[in-house]
Amino acid sequence: MSNSIRKWIFVLLVPALVVLILGSVGGGAGHGVALQSANIDIHDKQSLQNGAKYYVNYCMGCHSLKFSRYNRMAEDMGLNEENGLTPDDVATLLKKNMIFTYDEEGKQDQIGSLMKSAYSPKAAAEAFGTSVPDLSLVGRSRGTDWIYSYLKSFYLDSSRPMGVNNTVFKDVGMPHVLWELQGWQEMEHAEEGAEHHGEPKLTLSKPGSMSPGEYDQVVRDLTNFLTYVGEPAQLSRKMYGVFTLLFLLLLFGVSWMLEKEYWKDIH
Amino acid sequence: MAAKEKSELNGVLGWVDERFPLMETWKAHMSEYYAPKNFNVWYYFGVLAMLVLVIQIVSGIFLTMHYKPDTELAFTSVEYIMRDVPGGWFIRYMHATGASAFFIVVYFHMFRGLMYGSYKGKRELIWLIGMVIYLALMAEAFMGYLLPWGQMSFWGAQVIINLFNTIPFVGEGLSLWIRGDFVISDPTLNRLFAFHVAAVPLILVALVFVHIVALHAVGSNNPDGVEIKKLKNEKGIPLDGIPFHPYYTVHDIPAIVVFLMVFFSIIFFAPEMGGYFLEYANFEPANPLKTPEHIAPVWYFTPFYTVLRAVTLSPFMGTLAMFGAIIMLFLLPWLDRNPIKSWRYRNTAHMLNLAIFAAVFIILGYLGVKAVTPEFKEMGVRMTEIYFMFFAVIFVHSNSTKPGRYLVWFVILAAAVFLIDFIRYNPEDSISAGQIMWQWVWPIGYLALTLLLPYFMKGCNAEKEVPERVTS
Amino acid sequence: MSDSDSNTVDKKRRRMLIGATAAVGAVGTAGFAAPLLISWMPSARAKAAGAPVEVNISKIEPGQLVRVIWRGKPVWFIRRSEETLANLPSNNSLLADPDSSVEAQQPSYAKNLNRSIKPEVLVLIGICTHLGCSPTYRPELAPADMGPDWKGGFYCPCHGSRFDMAGRVFKNVPAPTNLVVPPYYFKTDDIVLVGQDGGAA
Repeated sequence: MSNSIRKWIFVLLVPALVVLILGSVGGGAGHGVALQSANIDIHDKQSLQNGAKYYVNYCMGCHSLKFSRYNRMAEDMGLNEENGLTPDDVATLLKKNMIFTYDEEGKQDQIGSLMKSAYSPKAAAEAFGTSVPDLSLVGRSRGTDWIYSYLKSFYLDSSRPMGVNNTVFKDVGMPHVLWELQGWQEMEHAEEGAEHHGEPKLTLSKPGSMSPGEYDQVVRDLTNFLTYVGEPAQLSRKMYGVFTLLFLLLLFGVSWMLEKEYWKDIH
Repeated sequence: MAAKEKSELNGVLGWVDERFPLMETWKAHMSEYYAPKNFNVWYYFGVLAMLVLVIQIVSGIFLTMHYKPDTELAFTSVEYIMRDVPGGWFIRYMHATGASAFFIVVYFHMFRGLMYGSYKGKRELIWLIGMVIYLALMAEAFMGYLLPWGQMSFWGAQVIINLFNTIPFVGEGLSLWIRGDFVISDPTLNRLFAFHVAAVPLILVALVFVHIVALHAVGSNNPDGVEIKKLKNEKGIPLDGIPFHPYYTVHDIPAIVVFLMVFFSIIFFAPEMGGYFLEYANFEPANPLKTPEHIAPVWYFTPFYTVLRAVTLSPFMGTLAMFGAIIMLFLLPWLDRNPIKSWRYRNTAHMLNLAIFAAVFIILGYLGVKAVTPEFKEMGVRMTEIYFMFFAVIFVHSNSTKPGRYLVWFVILAAAVFLIDFIRYNPEDSISAGQIMWQWVWPIGYLALTLLLPYFMKGCNAEKEVPERVTS
Repeated sequence: MSDSDSNTVDKKRRRMLIGATAAVGAVGTAGFAAPLLISWMPSARAKAAGAPVEVNISKIEPGQLVRVIWRGKPVWFIRRSEETLANLPSNNSLLADPDSSVEAQQPSYAKNLNRSIKPEVLVLIGICTHLGCSPTYRPELAPADMGPDWKGGFYCPCHGSRFDMAGRVFKNVPAPTNLVVPPYYFKTDDIVLVGQDGGAA
């Protein structure tokens, strides 16, 4: 008996350990620069709403979220009946504050529409000399910490067409859209060839309208929002997981008793 | 298989049984199929593989209802499944996790066969069919991986299909024919889709069926490698056999539940599995103009991918080595000619050989997901050498009564290793030369453990007597 | 355990455990099947495409029919003349359901003689209640092919069903019920929202 219990503990523990180890150790490629931890909370609805607000105002002019729908986003961020908003309220809220795109007939997009960018991809490509990516999945392809670090790592570089460069995404084609908030950073030139001297150091040379702490929070909210957009299902996924495992534990219990009952016969 | 005049069953089942070998089949394969009573944990992986096959077929059918095999729509349709289709993310994660789970389970299942010599005693055909299943599975997984049309889908398929390019004379034409275009594009996606959802699953199901028919014809092996059919009671029932149903059916259920716990933990808590099951770069749509910075196949292919990278003599040789690494597994029943089936009763050197082979396979896999550094590159070569020498060593171990042969084979194989080093050695390339100069310890150490050790230490060459009956 | 135990198998306990495992297993199977079956429900895309449609009816002339697509189905807007409205009661004896008593065919606010909110504005789903063809609009009075009693209405080319100018079905035709009035309301005098009842849904 004790032998079979030990066997089952082994059978349960080994795969669990493997899942744990593999799940936590990243596969994929390592990034060049050490990234700062975004430290987000995907269930912080206020943060998601704030991130969405900044995204729509600062990013969505160029970067679409073409796999997301406005109404689904609103629902997931707590703009729903649970919080005392009728569907009409939500529709009004979205149409007033979020939806700045129009369909082919020139009518404002519906609340169920996909989140296109106002700028056509072609026009954006002409303006920036490179295609402007859709950001629906940047939270998954680049990762949360990458977005957070990237948005904090613009610095003045007169050799670039937009006048800025980025330590996380070298020679990026995008201007520093949030400069009004953050201000301007400069690379410390003492560390020329920063790759050999550890991390490149950026200092704020001209403050923006926000303190560094406030700016970090805005970037964190934006990161939170983009992480959510990457996989909306993550809001509910783990809850289903807990129920599934509890259920399977029950099934394991009865089937284990069944097995023991029959295997009494075997000597 | 004649149906009976009068069935022992009543009602509808009885009506069917009089026209179809219902009870006969049930008895032959379940209630009167006598399996050894000493199956251990390793014997769960066969039924788990069947379970994963079912999961893949069911989830795959439902994915097919929403997926669009068109280069313009494929990526979007996958995200449509992930976001817009009710429950779609669950179905998709199930299918993606199922692909990896399939290989995990099958690799354990195959190693079980190695440990207990399950390809011996008229079981060669079971092993061969199993190997064909493994090949079909790899083809199925490869084709399925193209369908999301992400960066890894595209560039992975690009590399694999270009392997055919390396075949002399016909290669270029062959890969062009497979793609149906000059690059991987719509026709490629469409034909691989057709294979993935129809042709290969049909083949897989048929192969699994004959795999089991062949198994039940010969009878299951067991951890002791004892043929239970040799000792039967007066009714003709093996003394060490127990009816598959109910004993092994109830035995398998808790194991299936444990497997599902792990499976659903991945789906619900870590569907990307740290980038091993769903690669991060595959969340970017395919871009034929830009290769991702780091491209690696999904983990289950990486052992063979490392073999491909290790053999740099010519691209064609690399391709040959990669396919050769798989072909060698087919030959196992004819290489391992030792009459003792289970490693429990084989000599220590054989156990070491199997354990090292498993470790080397894992290391090859690990190297395949990592970027190539000089150190890893040389290690890939050395592990590849061990991978192939394993088959020679298992052949040498077939006969433990003449340890003198161990020494002869040690000299032959070590000489082969050094000859290859001599050809590869280039003092001007000081980095790789330096790596060659120390990493030879891996293959030579391997040969020392598996061939010199049993030669010099009698205890490591001692085979134990196989018992008459199974031990529990 | 000794051999004698196997002779005294606790059959009741075995049956109970089989039952318990089977029951829990069945629940598990149902749980597994649920997301698969739910995936057949309209997706967010289908729902977005089926969202309510706004229509400006100010330009519709009396007697004119305008088609709008809602949930992939044709929705008709017709501005009926005084004369047409006056003719409606005269059909009653020929109709299968003159009083619109089949509840499912119209929202309660359209359960009246004109089958509409505003008498002159008729809103109908242009799908025959027989087998789903879209009937033809036949507004003219007593044309040769429709017979002398025809006061304008709809004729289904597939199987010959007839409806009057309120979408009410005639007797002795294949279609069993009146044409469906979709949920709609007037946002303003000229703007109609199809697909939603008045005010909050």
